[in-house]
Amino acid sequence: MKAVVLLDFWASPFGQRCRIALAEKGVDYEYREENVLGDKSPLLLQSNPVHKKIPVLIHDGKPVCESLIIVQYIDEAWPDRAPLLPADPYSRAQARFWADFVDVKFNECGSRLWKLKGEAQAAAKEEFIGILKLLEGELGDKKYFGGDAFGFVDVALAPFVSWFYSYETCAGFSIEEAAPKVAAWGKRCMERESVANALSHPDKIYEIVGVLKKKFGVE
Amino acid sequence: MDPPSSLKLLGSWADSHTHRVQLALKLKGLEFEYQEEDAINPSPALLLHNPVYKKVPVLLHSDRPVVESVIILQYIDETWADNPIMPADPFERAVARFWCHFAEDKLAPAVGAVFSSSGEGQKTAVDQVHDNLKLLERELRDGAFKEKRFFGGDKIGLLDIVLGCGSYWLAVFEEVMEVKLVDPGTFPVFHAWLKDFEEQNEVKETIPAIDKLLEYARGIRQMMLSLSNGTSTTAPAAAGTTSAINVAVDGSSG
Repeated sequence: MKAVVLLDFWASPFGQRCRIALAEKGVDYEYREENVLGDKSPLLLQSNPVHKKIPVLIHDGKPVCESLIIVQYIDEAWPDRAPLLPADPYSRAQARFWADFVDVKFNECGSRLWKLKGEAQAAAKEEFIGILKLLEGELGDKKYFGGDAFGFVDVALAPFVSWFYSYETCAGFSIEEAAPKVAAWGKRCMERESVANALSHPDKIYEIVGVLKKKFGVE
Repeated sequence: MDPPSSLKLLGSWADSHTHRVQLALKLKGLEFEYQEEDAINPSPALLLHNPVYKKVPVLLHSDRPVVESVIILQYIDETWADNPIMPADPFERAVARFWCHFAEDKLAPAVGAVFSSSGEGQKTAVDQVHDNLKLLERELRDGAFKEKRFFGGDKIGLLDIVLGCGSYWLAVFEEVMEVKLVDPGTFPVFHAWLKDFEEQNEVKETIPAIDKLLEYARGIRQMMLSLSNGTSTTAPAAAGTTSAINVAVDGSSG
């Protein structure tokens, strides 16, 4: 086993955050695919006994769990290059806030776009557009959420760029229309090697959404 | 460093997330101005400084807002380096963050559910609290925190503050709901840690008196029971009740 191992699932946006961060830092690691829709490996169960979920980063045998915690760990364990969090405490607090927002608001609401139907889905769509507009405001005219440099919030949100097509198709709206700056940011992120290598093709994500919809019993 | 008088905390007296920030500021020896907020009627300042979530706590440092208690705690620690509350080692920091997230995401909602449910639902909620406490107990006994006095080591750290400010609700709910949540026989290490934490001077100065918390909890429980009995409540009161208990236990609003 290499010094750095990532237990992951190919389509997981949370795993992709870790892959992007490791690539940005130029860290060599072993990628291990877990079958999240089937049996979990003994290593996963041993490394994340509390949640039994990927991603898990194992560094010199010590497991780190939860994607945003893993990304911060990567930033702190390899501090000499490509800083993901800014240096000043106030900016760091802002970055942590918006990364958390991606989990608590963006992803939570985004998942309702394909999990729900009818009126409930329409309500989720309105809510999601509101969330996009908040992100639009936060991004402003910056190249990245982190400013000129690709940073923590960018890593947190970038994997969801390949989910844009699924959100739009399931709920019937356009992200480009609702949040043109975020849409443009998404395209800029895809031009980064770390992101392009990590993300799944939007069509593949749409297929996965189809599988998940069946699993959740959504027609 | 900026003079401490540039610090202002918007909080609520019975809110465990507010207590976390008050405790951290106290541990750092920082003076601050305090403004009490009503969760049901947020002030213009609160709405201005936390437009996304509209809830306490909000720490204003030279009028710049920092929100979300765990983020605020890290901000305080990174701005004022004395008496650190985060460990220095990246792996230990990751472990502390993991259990903070566990406390927020799993334990706090389970504790809140005990309070807001009855009958079978309550039994399920109590079982969930026990399952979560078992995980913590194991970590204290055999895992990352083995043989440490506090989660932070010899001194209180981030995870002690996050878990500790909120764990007093366990005793309150035990009394009000007449359920057993932290049996010293089942959770000896957690129980011992909690008692030790609550004895610390800064903690005693931060957490409200138990009789005030009991009165508060009893009041809310009464309102909830009258709600479920179908008596006299208007929608705002119902929302307020849920709001109030959510704020107290897990910091969420409405």
